[in-house]
Formats: sequence, C-alpha cells, structure tokens
Amino acid sequence: MSDITLNKTEPVRFRSATEESPATRWTLIAIGFIGLSILVFAPLIAVFVVALADGIAASLKSLASRDARDAIRLTLTIAAISVPLNAIFGVAAAWFITKFDFRGKAFLITLIDLPFSVSPVVAGLCIVLMFGTNSLVGGWLVANGYPIVFAMPGIILATMFVTFPFVARELIPVMIEQGRAEEEAALTLGASGWRVFFTVTLPNIRWALLYGVLLCNARAMGEFGAVAVVSGKIRGQTATMPTTIEMLYQEYLSVAAFSLAAVLAMLALVTLLLKTALEIRHADQLATMRRH
Amino acid sequence: MGRPLIHRSPMPGLGLSMGITLTMLSLIVLLPIGALLLKGANYGLAGMWETVNRERVWTALFLSFRLSLFAAVFNLVFGVLLAWVLVRYQFWGRRILDAAVDLPFALPTAVAGLSLTALYAPRGFFGEMAAEIGWKIAYTQWGIFIALVFVGLPFVTRTVQPVIEEIEREVEEASATLGASRLYTLRHVILPMLTPAALTGFALALARAVGEYGSVIFIAGNIPLVTEIAPLLIIIQLEEFNYDAAAAIGIAMLLISFAMLLVINLIQIWSRRRIGYV
Repeated sequence: MSDITLNKTEPVRFRSATEESPATRWTLIAIGFIGLSILVFAPLIAVFVVALADGIAASLKSLASRDARDAIRLTLTIAAISVPLNAIFGVAAAWFITKFDFRGKAFLITLIDLPFSVSPVVAGLCIVLMFGTNSLVGGWLVANGYPIVFAMPGIILATMFVTFPFVARELIPVMIEQGRAEEEAALTLGASGWRVFFTVTLPNIRWALLYGVLLCNARAMGEFGAVAVVSGKIRGQTATMPTTIEMLYQEYLSVAAFSLAAVLAMLALVTLLLKTALEIRHADQLATMRRH
Repeated sequence: MGRPLIHRSPMPGLGLSMGITLTMLSLIVLLPIGALLLKGANYGLAGMWETVNRERVWTALFLSFRLSLFAAVFNLVFGVLLAWVLVRYQFWGRRILDAAVDLPFALPTAVAGLSLTALYAPRGFFGEMAAEIGWKIAYTQWGIFIALVFVGLPFVTRTVQPVIEEIEREVEEASATLGASRLYTLRHVILPMLTPAALTGFALALARAVGEYGSVIFIAGNIPLVTEIAPLLIIIQLEEFNYDAAAAIGIAMLLISFAMLLVINLIQIWSRRRIGYV
C-alpha cells in the first residue's frame, strides 16, 4: 500500500472546469470597459464638456434664445402627439395579433417591423413623395389649406414612421406569453370588452407598455434623418431640436449647438435610468428580458 | 372548404383592433412606401438605372455597404465578448456597463454625430492622439466606421445576452469531463449555441448602419467619391427638387436592405438546421 501524504501547508486551489482563468477573465472585462469607454462614455462626456466650454451662463443663455426655445417647444409637441398615437397603435396591434387567430399573422408582424429596416432618410422621402405638393394626395391637401410636408403634420408622420414598431414589438411577446385565459374568464363572468381590457389586460401589460413608450419617446424626440427630409428646417416653425443642433453647428455656434445637444443627452440618460429601473423591478413582465 | 381567414373567437374588439392596426399601418408605413415605388415605376426602369448607374452613386452605395459591413463585423465580435462579460462575470461597475450598452439606442443620432466629431476631429481629444501617429480619423472613412460602430453597438449584445443566460452549466461540465479544454468547449459547444442569436444581432446592426444618416454626416466630411454616404445623396437630390432621382436612389437602398435581411434570414435558417438549436 502506498502512502498518501497531504501537504497541508500549501493548499492547492482548483479552478472550476466551467470557468476561465482569472487572467482571461480580467482581460475580457478590461476590453469591455475600454471599448465602452471609448465608444460610449467618451462621447457622452464630450457633449457636456463642449457645452460648458464658455461656462454654464453662456450655455443657459443660448438655451434661452428664441431658436432654442421654439425648437424645444416643437420637439415636445411632436412627441406629445406621435408617441400616444403609436402607443394606441401598439396596443391595438398587439390585441389583434395575440387575441385572434387569422391567416397571414406572420406577414402582418413583418410589415409592422418593416420601418426598422428602412433608412430614416428613405422614410422621410416616402412621406415627401406621398404628401408633397407634387403628389396627388399632397397637392389636393395643399390646395385645401392643409400642407403636410414642410409643416408639422409631415414631421409627425415621419416620426411615427420611424418609431412605428416600438410599442407593438414590446407588447406582442408579453401578451403571447400571458395567453387568453384570464380575459376569457372575465368574459364568462359577464364583463364587457372594455372592462376586460382595463381591469385584466392593462394591469398585466402596463410595465411592458411603459417600457415601449419610453423607447418610442426617446427615438421620437431625437429623430433626425427622417425629420430633416420632411421638415424643410424653417426656423421657428419646423426646426426640431436635432435639426436646430445641425443648423447651429453649421453656423459655428458650437456652444449653442452642444448646449441643445446636452439637453437631449440628459433626456437619453433619464430614459436609460428609467429603463434600467424597470428592468430591475419588473423583469418578469418585460419581453426584452426574455429569449426572443 | 379552406381555412377561414379569421377564426371565430369570443374575444371582443376584433373590428376595432383590426381597424386601428390596418388603418395606421397603411397610412403611415405602407402607402408612403407605395408612393416611393410608384414614383420609381413612373420614372421607369431605364431612368432609374441611368440615375443609379453613375460613379458617384455607385461609390456612395458601395461605401455605405462596405463600411456598414466592417462596423457590423466589429460589433459582432465585441458584442459577443461584451455579452459574455456581462452575463458570466461579477465585477464592480457591471450594472453601469450593462446600462451603457443601450446608450446608442437612447442618444439622438445628431447628438452622437456631433460629439464623435468633437472627439475625433484633428483638435479633439482622440483626434489629437491619433494625429501624433499620423492617423486622421474624422472626415475620413475611419470616422464613418466609428459612427457606424456606435449606432450598431447594442444589437449583438442584446440578442446574445439572453441566450448565454440560458446555457446550462451542465453542458459545459459534460464537455470538461470528457476532456475538452476550456477553449475547445468555447469553440465547439458554446459558440454554436450563440450563432443564430449573434447573426440576428449582426443583421440588425448591418441594416441600421446602411441607412444611418444623423450620426455619420457630421464626422464624414461628405467629400464626393471619398466620404459621401448613400442617404446623403437622397438629401442632395431632394434639395434640388429632383424627386425622380431621389426615388431611384431610395429604391436602390430599399432593395439592398431587403436583400441583406433575406440573406441573413437564410443563414439563420441554415444554422438552425445544422445546429438544431434556436
């Protein structure tokens, strides 16, 4: 029999077979940090650094200028109209797709997702060709005093085009998973359609709805390409915050451009904060947190 | 009798939800895209070909596509790495890193373009460092590449992350007990499982990059034949009220993005069949 002696003074630490060595692990983490620092954190910091280059007073003064105030007001108005409309669409589409069985469902979902694969500039071009003065519909509308392109309705349509799938996409997987049993139970107990929606469905999907609306709003306020095409960038009338940023930048008003950009960057940060909070607290209700 | 178009259901609200869905989809998405295609049809295939078949247009289309491909490949590698780090490792700052991945989704493209230009311009923070080794980034194709990497950053990470979360440790343990090295397990067990999701993210990043405008035009410098992207050509044609030419380039871009999505879908079907895993 052989003697087995354990050397107790030097305990050997074994690494689990399903883990990488600490060196590999820390290298990968470092690459993640460095990559995101260069690509994400640096641009974010740069916005605020340039905005405050001449001191905070200069930034605030440029934000109080007429152009900036008009742009902020217009962007808020656009978001206040297009986001609720898209939320209504998202809820209706999710209800239609998940509560009924019909032919061509997959095709309908593909059509709803279509705006994600269309360039914003092409989206704007489509709106111009549909509603511009040279088109059949647009010509008639302009003749009757309802211009769409180079006016607010065009900007709203362009914004809705690029943000179209956001809410529906978030709601559909959640509502598929929740099934129809709860709604059917409420119906057999005699509840009306609207009552079923407001007391059964809506409470089940509210966080997912909020999540979709949040992302939709961030994109709606920040949309540039599609809006640049349809708006005509008329100061005080159709210049949104992103298009005003571009105009100020081209006039070498760097502080003014970056101050307005900083306002939008703060909006993005608030969006991320709310989004992360939703993901931590209501992960069970969000489609994004599950396997697609 | 064939299958009914819509099955009978006790659920209320069929008419209302179908009406809202189809009306808004048609009015906002389908009819405008139809107007673009109609414009192209009126212009005629010959006219469209004449517009697109010019050096400046080909160069811009090829440039947009090529740089988008490079950026998507970069994001594929970096995105999978980042997803792995975020799911598997516990370290200080993980939450912040996780939230930061989504910033390109939340930050308006014009703001991103502006700040990337400020950083990478010859007098910017990174631009100055690069200039010392004689590397010019802003106003060259490198600048466009960086902007496209930025906008496509979240896609791969966000599609791959949930898949890594669902991989069962037992699979890796089985591989290890059979004598596979960690690298072998990674290469032959884990990566195949991630492939379909990673390709989906890659496709989304690519589609986004090809059409990207806002973040690119500030940093690109927009020199014809050198750093001019395809969406900018549409804007230029529109500013000259040349709607036919704008429509022709727009249709060309639509075709490219649809072709790309089709190819990627085919790859996905293929990899799903080969690996037998969604």
